[in-house]
Amino acid sequence: MLEIRDLHVELCVGEEMKPVIHETTLSVDQGEALGLVGESGAGKSMTIRAIMRLLPAGATVAGQILYEGADVLGFDRKAMRSFLASKVAMIFQDASTHINPVRTVGDFLIEALVTNNGVPKAEARRRVTGVLEEIGIPDAAHRLEQYPHQLSGGLQQRMMIAAALVIEPRLLLADEPTTALDVTTQAEVMAILDEQRRQRGLGMIFVTHDLDLAAAVCDRIAVMYAGFVVEDRSAANLHEEARHPYTAGLLASRPSPTEKAHRLCVVPGRPLSAFEVGEGCPFASRCAHVEDRCRIERPLLRELDGGWVRCHRADELRGQLLCSYNGSAHE
Amino acid sequence: MSSSSVQDGHAIEVEKLTKVFGRRRRGGGLTAVDDISFTVDPGGALAIVGESGSGKTTTARMIIGLERPTSGRISVGGREQTHGRMGSRERRRLASEVQMVFQDPYSSLDPRQRVRDCIDEILRLHFDLDREARVARIAELMTQVGLDERHASVRPRSLSGGEQQRVAIARALASKPRVLILDEAVASLDVSVQAQVLNLLADIREQTGITYLFISHDLAVVRQVSDEVVVMKCGAIVERGPTDRVLDQPEDPYTRALLSAAPRPGWKPTRKGTP
Repeated sequence: MLEIRDLHVELCVGEEMKPVIHETTLSVDQGEALGLVGESGAGKSMTIRAIMRLLPAGATVAGQILYEGADVLGFDRKAMRSFLASKVAMIFQDASTHINPVRTVGDFLIEALVTNNGVPKAEARRRVTGVLEEIGIPDAAHRLEQYPHQLSGGLQQRMMIAAALVIEPRLLLADEPTTALDVTTQAEVMAILDEQRRQRGLGMIFVTHDLDLAAAVCDRIAVMYAGFVVEDRSAANLHEEARHPYTAGLLASRPSPTEKAHRLCVVPGRPLSAFEVGEGCPFASRCAHVEDRCRIERPLLRELDGGWVRCHRADELRGQLLCSYNGSAHE
Repeated sequence: MSSSSVQDGHAIEVEKLTKVFGRRRRGGGLTAVDDISFTVDPGGALAIVGESGSGKTTTARMIIGLERPTSGRISVGGREQTHGRMGSRERRRLASEVQMVFQDPYSSLDPRQRVRDCIDEILRLHFDLDREARVARIAELMTQVGLDERHASVRPRSLSGGEQQRVAIARALASKPRVLILDEAVASLDVSVQAQVLNLLADIREQTGITYLFISHDLAVVRQVSDEVVVMKCGAIVERGPTDRVLDQPEDPYTRALLSAAPRPGWKPTRKGTP
């Protein structure tokens, strides 16, 4: 349904153009959920913003973003408007900054239907109430009269989900939708999102830094690092089948909720930003398995063991990805 | 009033601590912390776990003297905290006993101050050291948190989030406190950097025998850094005990809910009733 090919994005910083995404290639099928995982500066949010064409002014974009075969980057105003109004919907991290604080929640939810889709107001209200009930908000009619500040964070985020669902999109883009929530609320909101997505057969790109959360609700996981997709594989057995040293490092460095490690595995250094990446492999400076070739020659995303990986040594390292325990590593 | 005698062996002792915000005379007000008591032994590590609004941060702020308790008793290092407004000498004494590392390292450091100067300031305030001795101590602290000379001469914004948090830890250690409060100190760090800082905290505790009070909502992190845990909900303690026992065999339904909501391999989110 959606296919991104060799997406490259540069932003204007002062007088310079700096890359934020080098090479992102990924795809989402109808009804499929893709987790886009990585640390800060990896380019996850920028990737989904590029799909919505929500990039900052002055950004240059190369590559293709194909929605059912048509290039979103080539859409004119009218086509883009209809794409945003009925095909794709985005759920942002911080609901409180995306809901107009001086209007009621009802106005916020109904507005898009009335202005973009020409639905009569009474009909729009009925549809919104229906969606709210489906996502488990009791007393929907009363909630519509309330203002955002009267709602808890979890309820606000559910309103965001409702606003996304009510336009009946085919694709959901969720940018860290639960990061600001408490764990029990997170579980609840994720369960609603997951259930509604499945029932409606929607495609989803779920952006998060939490690999375990992504694995729980997604079919596939794409791991991004410094503006590159470095690995793309089925979520079900990511833990056993991770082939990229970075994916393995991410999985190992998260403390386990069930047992205490004497020392945690560590990926030395800090996550690089896309503009700091040199010639070779973007992960070369932090990789425990680095060779001379990695520093010179940039690996391509290639198929391996049922997934895709961007690493020269992925096949020889199969099953022996190392873990470093040196906590005081320098950059 | 403060007494100089060390009555018992606890590094932190909190007894019947309560904090009410707002107008309590008119019967209103919000009870953020409701009659809690706990102790931490010297060299121990206690984690306070709970969700937002549980009162965990307010408790920490009272221990370090940023909030005044409505009622109850706090003693740090065997010295009881005064109830009235603290004088500067009293404040400095408390600062040499207990220090805090906050969640967001950038906003807790002065953007205009070089890293070296921010640590130097603490050293001048607390110790009578000459310039040479302070320079040596700064180098020692920087090494302790895995940074070097290069990091000491820059301002916070030139450092990454992980490095900034290391600086905040170095600054907190500068006054040689007996207790370090870490309020969600690794929550804002990237996963790979979080692991580095957690290992660093374990090293520091091993080397210095410092006491940790760790405030967190993340149970996996709590298991990694603490020996004992207190679970708070709506200002009250609902469960306490050794970390392994509480996380492996939780007794309170709220602890169980927290545990079952934490994402982990093989986990699926579930929808309970509506709140």
